[in-house]
Amino acid sequence: MIEILSTGGLTTVQDAGRRGYRRFGVGIGGPLDSLAATIGNLMLGNDPEAAFLEVVIFPLKLRLRQAARIAVTGSDAQVEVDGQRFPPWWSVPVQPGQVVTLRAPANGGVAYVCVSGGIDVPPMLGSRSTDLKAGFGGFHGRTLRKGDVLDVLPGMHAHGSRRFGVLPPCAGLPMPREGDGNASSATIVRVLPAAQWDCFSEAVRNEFLAATWQITPDSNRIGLRLSGPEIKPVQGMELLSHGIIPGVIQIPPHGQPIVMQCDAQTAGGYPKLATVIAADMWRLAQTPIGGKLRFQCVDMEEALAANRQVRDYVARVQRAMELLY
Amino acid sequence: MSTAADIAQAAPRLAVSALGTDALLFESLAPLSHEAQERILMVADQASQWRGVEEAVPGMNNLMLIFDSTQVSSAEMQSRVQQAWLSPVHVRRKAREFELPVVYGGERGLDLEHVAAHNGISMADVIELHSSAIYTVYFLGAHPGFAYLGGLDARLHTPRRAQPRLKVPAGSVSIGGAQAGVQAQTLPSGWNLIGHTDRRFFDPASATPALLAPGDIVRFRAVKALP
Repeated sequence: MIEILSTGGLTTVQDAGRRGYRRFGVGIGGPLDSLAATIGNLMLGNDPEAAFLEVVIFPLKLRLRQAARIAVTGSDAQVEVDGQRFPPWWSVPVQPGQVVTLRAPANGGVAYVCVSGGIDVPPMLGSRSTDLKAGFGGFHGRTLRKGDVLDVLPGMHAHGSRRFGVLPPCAGLPMPREGDGNASSATIVRVLPAAQWDCFSEAVRNEFLAATWQITPDSNRIGLRLSGPEIKPVQGMELLSHGIIPGVIQIPPHGQPIVMQCDAQTAGGYPKLATVIAADMWRLAQTPIGGKLRFQCVDMEEALAANRQVRDYVARVQRAMELLY
Repeated sequence: MSTAADIAQAAPRLAVSALGTDALLFESLAPLSHEAQERILMVADQASQWRGVEEAVPGMNNLMLIFDSTQVSSAEMQSRVQQAWLSPVHVRRKAREFELPVVYGGERGLDLEHVAAHNGISMADVIELHSSAIYTVYFLGAHPGFAYLGGLDARLHTPRRAQPRLKVPAGSVSIGGAQAGVQAQTLPSGWNLIGHTDRRFFDPASATPALLAPGDIVRFRAVKALP
């Protein structure tokens, strides 16, 4: 069992996500950074469906009531087990009674605490993810609070003293190249044009791609709200409601983009300028509130190649873990 | 009897756009109609059975297809949808009918007066027009269990509020532009609230978690109080 000793706020139980229920209005939920969560489960020899904790606001302090192995991935959050520091993207054994603390990351975003066996909450509609909108799934359909006690499923590899880390995606994957050759502190994410791309003038599209966008504090698991130059279509438009997915960049009437995230509504009606490619969603999740973003337009071939690079990275970690476990 | 060629000819054209690498949006270029929406629901049912398709999600006069680009290509998905669009397989189940008791106005129908004023009619007219129409569920979306209803009388069309309310209770009967609906969860909403009902629209413990399904028929009945 895991006891929550304190939380900074938005900590939830998630798993790979709830798929196949969009036609009932139910979104996929799951992790903001599914790459980090996937690697965390791999590092424990867990089933890919195993549930974990997603930490958006720090610090988080928890106590293990049983022996278990944990892996902390995602941001560069500082992790301590009973006061002993270990690096992020590491897998370590934890003894009963030991306290695990995650402190705010220096320059990252969300973090994942995966545990051998996975968090044991009842699956709802095929998933253990928390749906905060409808208040179901995860731990009683809500964010975790001090005093909550979570069960853990039996893990194949809960015991053993080995400590090891993996190369995080920021080191294991090529960075998108800066088109203009200027280095900047902004996170670069690649986008594919969406249905209304041509409803914006070339000048406005160029401005969208040239601007440095800031992630505003009213961002959440539903969407990242950006602040920057005003982006408006050539003429105002009324669209009929249609399905949307995480990564879609909507332009509401005030002209400031919203990048939809995993708790987004399943349908929307704002003009869609572009979609962040799946391979770069983790880069978004790892850019904190107040952080800067730039968008780079790519074609389908480049987007599919980026997907392949992510799959290859995951496969490399998987092969290494197969040798260990 | 209509031939396959007649059906194909009757089919409006579809516009296609990408939503990233693993999703496509198909939008009918003809105006919204019951017939066109029926076709969309049929194609959605068909497409959700295809290999590599994660989900086919109907919208208002459109269809989103989510697929696994490591199994099937975008080009293959596009040609299969275009083909299904021209000759859809008629396997829609029979529509169910629901009658929902509604208490109009009061604290749970804060915009009844606004809807009346906007359309230059009385509040009694609003209640009469809203409760005498027959609605069709076009699709479910936005939040779990929420049904977009077509069939709202044109004299009740009212634009969404400029400033959405932050907390609209589940069961609120509302109007958003030309669409009618009932809030299925307590969430923010910019729709105009004209009353409330006590039916539960979403149950996550059920394998078919939503009360309503696309194609279902909905009627509202004005009552003084809910039991």
